[in-house]
Amino acid sequence: MRIVVDLTRCQAYAQCVFLAPQVFELHGEEVLLYRPDVPEEQLDRVRQAIAACPVQAILAGEEVNADAR
Amino acid sequence: MAVDTLLERITDYASRPDPYPLYAELREAGVARQTDGSYLVGTYYDIVALLHDPRLSSDRRNRAAPHRDPDVEKEEQQRPSFIRLDDPEHHRLRSMAMRPFGPPHSPGRIDAIRDEITRITGELVESLPGRGRIDVVDDFAYPLPVTVICRLLGVPREDEPVFREWSATIVDSLDIRPGEDPGEREAAGRRARERMGRYLVDLAERRRGRPGDDMLTAFVNDPGPYGEFSREELAATATLLLVAGHETTVNLITNGVLTLLRHPDQLDLLRRDPGLLPGAVEELLRYEPPVHMLQRTPLTRLDIAGTTVPEGVPVVLVPASGSRDPKRFRDPDRFDLTRTDNQHLGFGSGIHLCYGAPLARLEAQAALGALSPRLATATLLEDPPPYRHSAVLRGPRHLPVEL
Amino acid sequence: MPGDPREGRIVVVGASLAGLRAAETLREEGFTGSLTVVGDEPHPPYDRPPLSKQVLLGTAAADATGLPMRREADAEWRLGVRATGLDPLGKRVLLADGDSLPYDRLLIATGTRARPWPHPEQAALDGVFTLRTREDAGILAERLAAGPRRVLVIGAGFTGSEIASACRERGVEVTVAERGPGPLVGALGGTLAKLAAGMQRAHGVDLRCGVTVTALRGRNGRFTGADLSDGSRVDADLCVVALGALRNVEWLADAGLAAGPHGVACDAGCRAFTMYGIVTDDVFVAGDVSRFPHPLFEYQMLSLEHWGNAVAQAEVAAHNMVSPGPLRRPHLTVPVFWSSQFGFTIKSVGVPAFSDQVTIAQGTLAERRLVAVYGYRGRVTAAVTLDMAKWLEHYRTLIETAAPFPPGPGAAGGRPLVTDFPIPSDVPDARGLSHGPTVALTGHLPDRRLTVVRSAG
Repeated sequence: MRIVVDLTRCQAYAQCVFLAPQVFELHGEEVLLYRPDVPEEQLDRVRQAIAACPVQAILAGEEVNADAR
Repeated sequence: MAVDTLLERITDYASRPDPYPLYAELREAGVARQTDGSYLVGTYYDIVALLHDPRLSSDRRNRAAPHRDPDVEKEEQQRPSFIRLDDPEHHRLRSMAMRPFGPPHSPGRIDAIRDEITRITGELVESLPGRGRIDVVDDFAYPLPVTVICRLLGVPREDEPVFREWSATIVDSLDIRPGEDPGEREAAGRRARERMGRYLVDLAERRRGRPGDDMLTAFVNDPGPYGEFSREELAATATLLLVAGHETTVNLITNGVLTLLRHPDQLDLLRRDPGLLPGAVEELLRYEPPVHMLQRTPLTRLDIAGTTVPEGVPVVLVPASGSRDPKRFRDPDRFDLTRTDNQHLGFGSGIHLCYGAPLARLEAQAALGALSPRLATATLLEDPPPYRHSAVLRGPRHLPVEL
Repeated sequence: MPGDPREGRIVVVGASLAGLRAAETLREEGFTGSLTVVGDEPHPPYDRPPLSKQVLLGTAAADATGLPMRREADAEWRLGVRATGLDPLGKRVLLADGDSLPYDRLLIATGTRARPWPHPEQAALDGVFTLRTREDAGILAERLAAGPRRVLVIGAGFTGSEIASACRERGVEVTVAERGPGPLVGALGGTLAKLAAGMQRAHGVDLRCGVTVTALRGRNGRFTGADLSDGSRVDADLCVVALGALRNVEWLADAGLAAGPHGVACDAGCRAFTMYGIVTDDVFVAGDVSRFPHPLFEYQMLSLEHWGNAVAQAEVAAHNMVSPGPLRRPHLTVPVFWSSQFGFTIKSVGVPAFSDQVTIAQGTLAERRLVAVYGYRGRVTAAVTLDMAKWLEHYRTLIETAAPFPPGPGAAGGRPLVTDFPIPSDVPDARGLSHGPTVALTGHLPDRRLTVVRSAG
């Protein structure tokens, strides 16, 4: 799973950090850093983080597979 | 000036089981002056805008007469908790309270308590009878968050009978009851906060210099960049965390059980796919949130959705109505736990977004996950169930269910 | 155009954020025809903002920022091949491999590239980098991890400042050279530039403003340092050239479109203009390569290098590509931008450069938490938050409604009124800066002023 956080929307509520601290990290008070490639064992936590985001800024999915066609 | 009685009708105890038709009326009516001089806002986009509007204060001391608490000077001695303060004081105190609870200083604290929440939940479900009548509130939804918040804060679980009454009095003092003189309730609330504050500060002081992983210990032993809480600040903060840490979650869990029992198809979906739990809790927060109203005070004359609202009057935001606004949510009165576009107002928004939201989410997920297998064959014995009095923190007092 | 707009052939040139979001939106909007996405980089679409943050810090690998798809775009991805030309009459995109792609509708989303150091021999020194691509970030992260004695960053725009921040966080000494009076001054004006300069220096950055780098020096092909216009010299092992971006428009040189250094001009519906200012109906533009008119800024053409704009504009362009005229939508999003550096998040809404005054509406410079509001001739045109992102929405509304400047009283740190009275916003001419601002107002004309040339026959 790949994620991207729309930091235009993000208001640093940090709900994702609480729920998946291995993937999301707060630097200072409002700088959100994250691992764009989610490790297998973090999938459940990241799904919780996605659901919990108060501004629905976390997008998850698979990378484009350019060879699919 | 238009005057409306909607606030009276909404807060009327008879409306407690189903305030939603009144909320629909409110959204339709727009922003209007209520009989007590306050203004009520129920539309999604207006509420979101107001929660992000620096011209609205959370500090009641900004209210003008006659909305000002006559004993407000006593409030000066009893510091408001951060939920009733504006920045920069709000920011400083919330950051200090956050230090042992969440990021940036303690990002893993809530994640680390997952297993314990699961264990406590499991034990509570185990202790329920195999068949027969239970009260979801007393037997399950209340003990869970109480045990968890006691554990996190470092309050002895066996002291629950000590703080139960104080907590109830404080919740009572937060209610909105137009037409009733709030003086007595507010005075009682102040006394209860004072006692609970003293109790919690004493607990904290006994931990000074001693190691421990609870938050009271951290508050007195590990001050961050903002320094140490004053005694009054610590009392107000710890009281807020203890009360808010369970009085709202009990409603979230109970509302969840009630709503699932009323929607057997959704319960069935959830039982078959526990992966739906996070989304189910979000949908609950939208559909049957524990907190229905938030109070603010304009620092200046404001235009809210075409209505001019004077400075210093109570503005009552109804996020529980906003989360049912058809202008924002498709089919808003449908409980759909697979809903994806769900930017609800269950925890508020803006700088005062619920401090304990991550904890409440995990508790509700654990509770509904553990209980839903038992609900398949359960029946509601009273529908609607008897409700607690508060229109602000709304939830059943009891929820009798036959397993 | 005959037939159902949801059928036919669509080619998207550009396989980054805007290209990907456009491809997804085309399918979401019911496009059932053939869809081809062309990208000159060999990779599937990836996210760039983490390249100057997580990747340089070493917390994410350079190849780990692939963008997730919202939905399967069901497209043919022609990656690693550059578009070299456009035949608008024959309706074909020409590719570097000699192939050509016929289209019924075309989306231009070729974005930007890093502006290179102007002296090719100096730029070729080992240790001199720009930062735009995954490869750039990967090698720069590697070199930072090796523990250089000092890094020289040329240009104190957002990218340059973020690189400097990453260096300091890794404990690497860094010198930043900026021709303008302060970091970020092109985007935020003089007042906040002073704050940014203070932040950089507090974090140990050797910040040199008002100077230019006159030459990069090397020994045996390796970068060793640089000469500055004030006569000083900086010894460093690495140099990152952060002089802003160039629009990827060269491939359109013979296409007859209004394409220039500021990008490809389009209308509010993302339709490209020809060089005569005539709007096309089969060529659309989105993302960093576009210039589009904005009603909030006197209908001047805006050039933005913003993540959020790429997404929003791609969605509008895609919608309009598959919708009949009356159902088309304008791209009116208020620009929003963010940057994180030195432990702070800076967010901006509106166009701070479109201002004559600025005031601190919430927070204080001393707390390093604040909202600065910008005004132009008495109305609010922009706001910048420093670690106060939760308030940004309010100011967007003020901008959208052309609210009076300075804004009225608010809960500004418990104080009932605006804290400072307005002062000049002090936005310099972008031509005097090392860094190119990521937002620019580029006038009303879709192209250079044309002169009618009559042939003498």
